[in-house]
Amino acid sequence: MLTNFAALEVGQHLYWQIGNIRLHGQVFLTSWILLGALLVFISLGTKKMENDPKGLQNLLEFLWDYIRDLARTQIGEKVYRDWMPFIGTLFLFVFISNWGGALIPWRLIKLPSGELGAPTADINTTIALALLVSLSYFYAGLSNKGWRYFEYYVHPTPIMLPFKILEDFTKPLSLSFRLFGNILADELVVGVLVFLVPLILPIPVMFLGLFTSAIQALIFATLAAYYIGEAVEEHH
Amino acid sequence: MLAFNFFGATEGGLFDINATLPLMAIQVVALTYILNSLFFKPVGNVVEKREKFVSNNIIEAKNKLSEVKKLEADLLTQLQSARTEAQRIVSEAENESDKLYKEALELANNEANASKEKARLEIESQTSAARDQLSKQADDLSELIVNRLILEK
Repeated sequence: MLTNFAALEVGQHLYWQIGNIRLHGQVFLTSWILLGALLVFISLGTKKMENDPKGLQNLLEFLWDYIRDLARTQIGEKVYRDWMPFIGTLFLFVFISNWGGALIPWRLIKLPSGELGAPTADINTTIALALLVSLSYFYAGLSNKGWRYFEYYVHPTPIMLPFKILEDFTKPLSLSFRLFGNILADELVVGVLVFLVPLILPIPVMFLGLFTSAIQALIFATLAAYYIGEAVEEHH
Repeated sequence: MLAFNFFGATEGGLFDINATLPLMAIQVVALTYILNSLFFKPVGNVVEKREKFVSNNIIEAKNKLSEVKKLEADLLTQLQSARTEAQRIVSEAENESDKLYKEALELANNEANASKEKARLEIESQTSAARDQLSKQADDLSELIVNRLILEK
């Protein structure tokens, strides 16, 4: 029985070798398929923009409004416009990666090694996203307040300095591992359940997985926006 | 078995970090720019244009409403002043007619009095003239009677 767990192929990857560098091919394959679908969806929705929105345009406007509200509440009225595309891209990317991984039966496509799945179930993707968030909030803070950004580290008292420095490491760590852990765990639970009880029982877990996936996308985007908002916030 | 696959393999494993990371970061940055030009900007333009249109319309409607209210108030004051003016004119006319009536009455009274007085005076003078004549005739008559009596004797 235990040997069959190997059939889940945890930690196996489809390696692409380009010169000296090695890539996880399955991550890029799924992300390209999902991003392609997203871009097609968006180009269809924005092809004929009308003042009186219909169909897809309505949905895209709803999405836009949702992302704007998210960015505006977390970052603040002053600079949210600059960061809205980044926050929205994070949200959309994580969301379609999570849902794409959960909804599309990738298992039907056989790869020589590893298997297709949510790109966010790979630690490389989540660390990449988390580091981008770190860079963004540093950039946001420095570009908005210059060197005064570092006042944040001794605010409200200099005692906070070690904790604030520590935070710069824990922020990307928690961002990447939260997303990675949740999505991987969801895939594993569904995989194990499907393997053990192929009928009915995995379905509620799958719904739970969809719920988790959406929540994780929201959490990731909200936290990213919150960190940026924290960096550009003026202390008085 | 699972543990082996998690960490054991020299190649692979869950925490196998390689060039996928920077490439994925570049891909996400590129996606940000693509989505910005394909999605966030055009949709934002349309939504914000509409929001501006709506808010402009609301402001315009509010302005018009306040203008209407102002005009209404204006008309009301005009109506009020016209009403008081009308009242004033009516009362003035009433006073004037009253005055004219009184004047005419007085004039007529005076005239009547004057003609009454004149008539009375005339009657009096005629009465006295008649009395004088009567007394004169009586005198004449008495004289005649006396003369005759004297003559007979």
